[in-house]
Amino acid sequence: MVGKIAELAQLQIRESEIDKVIEKMNQVLDLVEEMQAVDTSGIEPMAHPLDATQVLRADEITESNQRAQFQEIAPETQDGLYLVPRVVE
Amino acid sequence: MPHKRTISQLRTALDTGEFSAEELTRHYLDRIASPSNQYNAYITVTADAAIEAARRSDQERAKGPVGSLSGIPIAHKDIFCTEGIKTSAGSLMLDNFIAPYNATVVEKLSDAGAVMLGKTNMDEFAMGSSNENSYYGHVTNPWDTSRVPGGSSGGSATAVAARLCAGATGTDTGGSIRQPAAFCGVTGIKPTYGRISRWGMIAFASSLDQAGPLTQSAEDAALMLEVMAGYDARDSTCIDTKVPDYSHSLGNSIKGLRIGLCREHFEEGMDSATEQTTLDAISEFEKLGAIISDVSLPNSKHAVSAYYVIAPAECSANLSRYDGVRFGYRCDAPANLQDLYKRSRSEALGEEVKHRILVGAFVLSAGYYEAYYRKAQQIRRLIKNDFLEAFKSVDILLGPTTPGPAFKIGEKTDDQISMYLQDIYTIASNLAGLPAMSIPAGMTSGLPTGVQLIGNYLEEARLLNAAHQFQQQTNWHKMSPPEGDI
Repeated sequence: MVGKIAELAQLQIRESEIDKVIEKMNQVLDLVEEMQAVDTSGIEPMAHPLDATQVLRADEITESNQRAQFQEIAPETQDGLYLVPRVVE
Repeated sequence: MPHKRTISQLRTALDTGEFSAEELTRHYLDRIASPSNQYNAYITVTADAAIEAARRSDQERAKGPVGSLSGIPIAHKDIFCTEGIKTSAGSLMLDNFIAPYNATVVEKLSDAGAVMLGKTNMDEFAMGSSNENSYYGHVTNPWDTSRVPGGSSGGSATAVAARLCAGATGTDTGGSIRQPAAFCGVTGIKPTYGRISRWGMIAFASSLDQAGPLTQSAEDAALMLEVMAGYDARDSTCIDTKVPDYSHSLGNSIKGLRIGLCREHFEEGMDSATEQTTLDAISEFEKLGAIISDVSLPNSKHAVSAYYVIAPAECSANLSRYDGVRFGYRCDAPANLQDLYKRSRSEALGEEVKHRILVGAFVLSAGYYEAYYRKAQQIRRLIKNDFLEAFKSVDILLGPTTPGPAFKIGEKTDDQISMYLQDIYTIASNLAGLPAMSIPAGMTSGLPTGVQLIGNYLEEARLLNAAHQFQQQTNWHKMSPPEGDI
């Protein structure tokens, strides 16, 4: 189970740490378990405190191209592209 | 000594020419560098840029009217992006991250003339209540250096308490402004969710995160908040309503102000010093003419549970951006793309951050969403409804900020639940999105204690007014720890 979660989260867990990781996760899940006893039938989940809705802006270009500036802080780039290890052989 | 003064007093001194902004800034920089003031409060000190900004302020002042915070030396929590300056969020992941733009909060304070002294230490990605989760080492509490300053805005709280800046910015997702403010004896306010733009503020849990100031007094908090607040089209959750003149209403009488006490907090029992602080604050407010009554917030007891589902869930989504590709840490010699993602993240994120990402990934995973995230969001509405019901009969709520005063460094590092329960009194207002503040209200065994005031939506002015009136009658906010040699 924890292996699957780590995969979803793209994290590595060392073999020696698995027990501790599981124990800590279980502590949190035990803590939040009491929620299940609360009657929430018919209660609308709350996403924004003021129930604000997404504002739409006019479909106009407002951003300028800042690629060079943003790529200055990238680990590895070439010709305006971000480099990663080869994906397709 | 200028550092003893509040922002309000410093403004007068700068206006009357008692000293220049450059002299003031140099004084703070000397204090920050002094061996007697080493609390690890700052991750980065921007001395040259600060002196340059102070000189600009002096030049502008010579010409005419200046911004409301012109020449006032402040510090930013290292979670706010600062153009050309490292913005680490307390993480190795962003140790090499030079932000390409300024956060809205940074921009607004800079436009008002504030001088940035540097970036303050914090729990990694704002996850923590003790500042022990920083890649840059823990911050110490200036009242007792064997104790924590609280977190996650511990560097900012310490910097204000030790008078290493006149005011500082912080962020609060579950108590991260108010709890360190209480531990360090300073004033801190988390405004209504959406009152301040989150643009350029590194995200932890987007539906809870909110910025705010930490200062010596409520008057100073008002001065900073009126600059920081306001609509920003770049944050779609930002509220588009006028920012009141918070300073203007500070002097109003609070005779007849209806203050509610959460009955459940008292019934469940409190630490004796915490209870005493709260009772003393109640009697001060009564002297000021406030009317005290009980209210019930029956669902607030579920706040910690709902929070430890919602916050990790949103953190796991937000922190998926740290993948070693576009910015931040990248592992050495990745074997393939998967290896690059996994090792970059695993090597550069701290234990607590990884733990919360895992919890978040679990509660959002297929088959668990309904039982956890959806359930927590429903409880969130129940908590909000309780508050709305309470605000029908009272104007503000009063209670403790924290379960006790600052604890020892290392005392809770092996007991995460005890650490999480630090925020038991503060979390509910984040879940509801309500404004809340902590003000100094007592001392116990040489350590400051605070009380929390919670207001209805967008009623920051009422909170600041009540806090200011309290501070006209008490001296807790004027107390400071040993102040060093300079």
